Amino acid sequence: MALEALQPIVELPFESHYIRSIVRVSLTVSLTAVALSTLVSIPVALTVGFKEFPGKGLVTAVINTGMGFPSVVVGLVVLFAVSNEGPLGALDLVFTPQAMVISQFVLATPVITGVSLAAITGVDDAVRNAAYAMGGTRLDVALVVIKEARFGIATAVLAGFGRAISEVGSVLIVGGNIAYADGTAYTRNLTTAITLEARQGRYETAMFLGAILVALVLLVNAIVGRLGGGGRR
Amino acid sequence: MAIQRRGFLALAGGTAAAGLAGCTGTFSGGEESEGGNESTSGGGSIADQELVLATTTSTYDTGLLDEVNAAFEENFGTPVQAISQGTGAALETARAGDCDIVMVHARSQEDEFMRNGYGINRRDLMYNDFVIVGPSDDPAGIGGSGDAVGAFQAIAESQSLFASRGDNSGTNTAELQIWEAAGVEPGGEWYLETGQGMGDTLNQASQQGGYTLSDRGTFISQQDEIELEILVQGPVEGGPEILANPYGVLAINPAVHDNVNYQLAMSYIGFLTSQEGQDVIENYELDGEQLFFPQALSEDPNFQQYVPEGWQPEGTDGGNATGE
Repeated sequence: MALEALQPIVELPFESHYIRSIVRVSLTVSLTAVALSTLVSIPVALTVGFKEFPGKGLVTAVINTGMGFPSVVVGLVVLFAVSNEGPLGALDLVFTPQAMVISQFVLATPVITGVSLAAITGVDDAVRNAAYAMGGTRLDVALVVIKEARFGIATAVLAGFGRAISEVGSVLIVGGNIAYADGTAYTRNLTTAITLEARQGRYETAMFLGAILVALVLLVNAIVGRLGGGGRR
Repeated sequence: MAIQRRGFLALAGGTAAAGLAGCTGTFSGGEESEGGNESTSGGGSIADQELVLATTTSTYDTGLLDEVNAAFEENFGTPVQAISQGTGAALETARAGDCDIVMVHARSQEDEFMRNGYGINRRDLMYNDFVIVGPSDDPAGIGGSGDAVGAFQAIAESQSLFASRGDNSGTNTAELQIWEAAGVEPGGEWYLETGQGMGDTLNQASQQGGYTLSDRGTFISQQDEIELEILVQGPVEGGPEILANPYGVLAINPAVHDNVNYQLAMSYIGFLTSQEGQDVIENYELDGEQLFFPQALSEDPNFQQYVPEGWQPEGTDGGNATGE
């Protein structure tokens, strides 16, 4: 994929094996991380939103701090954890897509939790009371609340996805930006590829990859917006 | 009863492994032919394994590595995962046992790495050279002098802008050695540490009209994008020896890190230092210029293999002592 490969990249962007492969890594890693984050975040947000318990203020503060946590620091911590000399070293995760999923999960979870929490606490108490009054179980009530707060939760997932897919600091550190000699990306995603292209002064390719990244985020936003908006208007 | 329990455990383990395989499988979606090389597959053939190489940005950014690795994969069926960092960071990755092999260019750092027992079987691989590049108006007047140390002194005296990598890379190490030879402690407003790779540093030097020390390969691969020219040549074009830039390749000592793929690492070193590997290096050109000069083969029967500088074999238990 040396310089000769640039020509096909610029001429036939979506035919390029290199670019498709990078896009695939970006999407697989970020979607996996966001799916896992959502599974963790929604129950946590429901619990924190509706239960009174000691230390609730502290938990909220931790979530809010996590939303702005610097990604390079997350990358360093994850690297230490998964490196061969770290506590998870035996799992052989360093410089793999799985390590990238871990770091994006750590970054996206506080965002999804925080924004969902705001949406859930915004649901009128009357809705909950009505659900209980109709004999609903805890699960029923939770589902009613989630349904009511679905726009807020969709926004939360999108914010988490945006944080995950556009993040470069941690995935560069834990993933290593690896592509094989034939141009097949292993841990190279859109953001780390942009870093690499810019480092080599190939600004056209970098800009092009940037445009793909923005287009992907817009596309996912549109899809989620359509799914979320279908019920209401 | 015990047998039954074992059967149950095997079943449970098998299910867990299948679950894990399903999980990791998502990352190879659509590429099943190549996707079979996940570590969970556990096959014995060499084609199922992967080699992790930590290397410098210069071998990577010039495109040489893709060429070499494609040739290796063709021969051994093993893909190479290359992580490009500065020499310092690459050796740090190696020290932690997070890669199987290192290819770097800072002899002093390599010597220390070998002495501490982390590396084994280092080979000289190839060389090219460093060049001192700067703006064409050349405010320090170093053009064509052929004296690298004198050029650095002139840059310091005229307080002309100098961009340093400042990232503990091989190029940065070489640069600091030249400053030391010049008797200059670089610092002050004219001396910028970019903390970035060679390409970025060349860009910054170009944008700000400053000097920098670059490896010839990265400079050639970028010269169309920047407004800098070579003012002091390295030994490839008859310049001083202090600008020589030798590359070495070494395996991680499996006695220190038993998780490394030592056999594959040695296959890689063997390939790179073979006639075929050296030919790939010799024939690699960018813009019609040869970037790297093979150095692993010699017709000289007394050809010296690698020995760290100042190495004292006696009393060190054969030399391959494990690290502290």
